[in-house]
Amino acid sequence: MTTYYTEEHEWLEVEGDTATLGITKHAAEALGEVVFVELQEAGETFDKDDEIGVVESVKAASELYAPLAMEVLEANGALEDNPSMVNEDAEGNAWFYKIKISDTSELSNLLDINAYKALID
Amino acid sequence: MSEPRKTPLYDLHVELGGKMVDFAGWMMPVNYTAGVAAEHKQCREKAALFDVSHMGQVELRGENVAQKLETLCPSSFQPLPAGKARYTFFTNPQGGIMDDLIVANAGDHHFVVVNASMRDQDIAHMRTLDIEVTELARALIAVQGPAAEAIVAAHAPIAAELTFMQTAIAEIAGVEVRISRLGYTGEDGYEISIPEENVVEICRLLLTHPDLEPAGLGARDSLRLEAGLCLYGNDIDNDTSPVEANLNWAMQKKRREEGGFPGAERIQRELAEGPSRKLVGIKPEGRAPARRGVEVADEAGNIIGSITSGGFGPTYDGPVSMGYVSTAHAAEGTSVNLIIRGKPRPATIIKLPFVAQNYKR
Repeated sequence: MTTYYTEEHEWLEVEGDTATLGITKHAAEALGEVVFVELQEAGETFDKDDEIGVVESVKAASELYAPLAMEVLEANGALEDNPSMVNEDAEGNAWFYKIKISDTSELSNLLDINAYKALID
Repeated sequence: MSEPRKTPLYDLHVELGGKMVDFAGWMMPVNYTAGVAAEHKQCREKAALFDVSHMGQVELRGENVAQKLETLCPSSFQPLPAGKARYTFFTNPQGGIMDDLIVANAGDHHFVVVNASMRDQDIAHMRTLDIEVTELARALIAVQGPAAEAIVAAHAPIAAELTFMQTAIAEIAGVEVRISRLGYTGEDGYEISIPEENVVEICRLLLTHPDLEPAGLGARDSLRLEAGLCLYGNDIDNDTSPVEANLNWAMQKKRREEGGFPGAERIQRELAEGPSRKLVGIKPEGRAPARRGVEVADEAGNIIGSITSGGFGPTYDGPVSMGYVSTAHAAEGTSVNLIIRGKPRPATIIKLPFVAQNYKR
């Protein structure tokens, strides 16, 4: 399993051509208390940079974008019922999607942990 | 743009973990380490300390100041007794609102507090009157919440004797300050005008009280929104009239009837015939916040207005919005749709506020 990051502060834990996707702890802290999450449904397919969800905090609304071409296998419905999970465990239980990656060669465009750390420092 | 200015409390904000942002040309804390929701609840349940030194504090002196101010504002100042403050606004010749402000009769002068972004405009505007207008270099803090009286009166006992909208000179730790029992959160509390060189020590002293914590602009905004209080530039501006904005209460009867203020023609017409649109509370169903700019549609899909302020209310525990809708759709209980990210979402017109105001009358 390899974990990738994006400049949009998302993380992807990849295993073969599937991945778990969420927003980083850094992003959750910057957003402040998350009060609303809206997700897409399983079976939907997206191109890179398509909007795949909305996260709203007490401060602002921000959109979640597809880091690469993907299909939603499962959405984490628990987040819609309990949005504060994002603040509590952004890189664990508060994952947003299980996805199928359409073309794994796109992973080479993403950041590794060191590149992401350099970005947020 | 020039470099944002800092209030005398800047270093204390940073020390307390304030996340500093440029607001109306001032570096101000949007929140501290506790976060917006916790700071909001702290204010509703105990008390919160806000730095509002970015607002303009002005002294007016001269002959017949009250009478002259009435030529710029639709409120009555001549009957306002010494020691009493009043909410008002400058109107423009078209009956819109140039800014909202607090005017206090301080006995031998009038004391005025105006919005940070409107300081220069408002001071120039008051200088058109034949009076002496002095901008004060003083800090202003707000102590707001049910514990505010105990916290402030521990140092300045007179604070406990003031009622809502009363103001007095007092001493805190040997420093002369002006304490006014008012605020912008819907809670009981005070705004305290303090010499710049003493404000840090006084804030540190007040913060030794276990029920007082600092709160930033984020909580200030969610608190005032739940309390149904207008934000200049969002909910009221040069196009909106006081009648549309439900501010008739700030225009005393004599002034409404006699006119004699800028824009009286439109304001008196709207008072007689009703305005074409009204500022209302809008409660989104579900959990999705509806923020500024979201369009409001009737059930047939016609656009009837838009949201001017909206977000999440931590005490209300749900999304809260306010905005203008055409008068035909402004009745309490009317079902509307909010167009959020292209999708209509149901909402209901409610009577403001979302959270009851808790003033000491």
